[in-house]
Amino acid sequence: MTTDQVLALRARPRPASALSAVGTLAWRAMLKIKHVPFQLFDVTVMPIMFTLLFTYIFGGALAGSPREYIQYLLPGVLVQTVIFITVYTGVGLNTDIDKGLYDRFRSLPMWQPAPLFGALAGDLFRYSVASALILIVGLILGFRPRGGVLGVLLAFALVMVFCFALSWCWIIVGMLVRSPESVMTTSFIFLMPLTFASNIFVDLRTMPPLLQEVVSRNPVTHLANASRGLMHGQPVGTEILWVLLASAVIVLLASPIAMRMYRKER
Amino acid sequence: MTVAIETRGLAKRFGDTRALDGVDLSISQGTVYGLLGPNGAGKTTTIRILATLLSPDAGTGTVLGHDVVRDARRVREKVSLTGQYASVDEDLTGHENLVLMGRLLGLSWRDARARAAELLDAFGLAEAAARQVRTYSGGMRRRIDIAASLVATPEILFLDEPTTGLDPRSRNQVWELVRRIAGEGTTVLLTTQYLDEADRLAHRMAVIDHGRVIAEGTSRDLKAMVGASALHLRLTRADQQGRARELVSRVLGDGLLPVGDATSVAARLGNPAQAADVLAALAGDSVEVAEFSVGNPSLDEVFLALTGHAADAPVSEDKP
Repeated sequence: MTTDQVLALRARPRPASALSAVGTLAWRAMLKIKHVPFQLFDVTVMPIMFTLLFTYIFGGALAGSPREYIQYLLPGVLVQTVIFITVYTGVGLNTDIDKGLYDRFRSLPMWQPAPLFGALAGDLFRYSVASALILIVGLILGFRPRGGVLGVLLAFALVMVFCFALSWCWIIVGMLVRSPESVMTTSFIFLMPLTFASNIFVDLRTMPPLLQEVVSRNPVTHLANASRGLMHGQPVGTEILWVLLASAVIVLLASPIAMRMYRKER
Repeated sequence: MTVAIETRGLAKRFGDTRALDGVDLSISQGTVYGLLGPNGAGKTTTIRILATLLSPDAGTGTVLGHDVVRDARRVREKVSLTGQYASVDEDLTGHENLVLMGRLLGLSWRDARARAAELLDAFGLAEAAARQVRTYSGGMRRRIDIAASLVATPEILFLDEPTTGLDPRSRNQVWELVRRIAGEGTTVLLTTQYLDEADRLAHRMAVIDHGRVIAEGTSRDLKAMVGASALHLRLTRADQQGRARELVSRVLGDGLLPVGDATSVAARLGNPAQAADVLAALAGDSVEVAEFSVGNPSLDEVFLALTGHAADAPVSEDKP
């Protein structure tokens, strides 16, 4: 048999470093956004609809005028949107496991958790794109952040931190359940109360006292308060601390479980 | 010859199911080895243990001298796995998938791109390089999947049911690829439910059933276990099968082989000349024979004779 140059055995290169593997897998995540932009629209269209509906239908009743209300609503809707997108971390992971892609990754001589971190890095990019989209819609509708560019960017950063932490929960869900659809359903069972039992849409003071107790302890309420404050240039140091604390707790609890489950054989 | 893969008493259970029940294998370097068996026999579990994706409950496995549990990382540096389902990213293009693999295996961006182009060319996928894999046909998916395993040519390639679900033409293309890969020195361990696939590709094979190796050897060795030659009859009328079986076993003194359909009868022949006696007996009893042949028993018959049940009776997915 003649030598088949392409298939000939030769020394394999030295396997990629952990950092290079994570970078490559983040590149893969970007490519997926390029090829399947729909998964971004999917989650941004609903919040844009919410923004429009809430602003114009309830705006007058809740805050005097739509223009007044959107100053309150928009930072919250941004929080909700990005939180909803975090579910895709679990969905993507579940799809990869389902398709056998993770078997291939796990049989490569690379740092084993690289695919998880690569996916998370790609997700952070996705969150930024979604945040920018919501902000643009807001600006068109009359949202005027008094905190300026810096305030908006700080709010973005804080939302990223919290959503990075939250993603770890969906990684666990993504490894637990059978299909990408059930990752969606399962995650939203937690996400719906988490985002709606918060002060994203309406002021805490309009709620019954018992609900106020619950809602004021919801980390999403703290996140909404913090981003509202940052965007409008109000002092919200305590709220920011609460968000960072909640994020740290979630990462400390969820990531070891997620990593262990990931290493565990299927 | 050097041993590339060796297992001793490999055992694995999933809940109450005993997926592997003591598998011993010894596979020489540079050969194509077939693991043959029906769905659920333990083929995939064996490959997943050897590719370091699962750890065995008992027994040991070594790949080029490295233990698959203790030296997992070393093993991963030597092997590539192509799973049962196209394990590439369907959202990415063929080219992007191969670049991804090249980068993860440590190639520079430039080398990864060059290698991807080279492989796409060699696998007849150059024209589809810029298309998302989800638009590929079954055969193209299989080829891109195998290409992804060869970005850094592995010393050992695991192919889990490489041709399941492919049309005959694509199947031939995959067979040709496997021969080329093996021709360059890569040891190939493939699983298959298709007996003719193992017959055509594998130098040696192990027949696995219920987590145990029930036969091992070359295809000739396996055929020899069932008898020197076999008589195959096709009847014109299905309602005469019972009668025909009776006559055949009377003439040959049993030796009937299991068959898959209602108009066939197959039997072991001690001596090919006995075929004439069988035909005479059938003609004497007005059993109409549409076709008859004398030849080596097929691997299907080998399997049936060894396990007592048909090889192509899939029960469930062979997936833990």
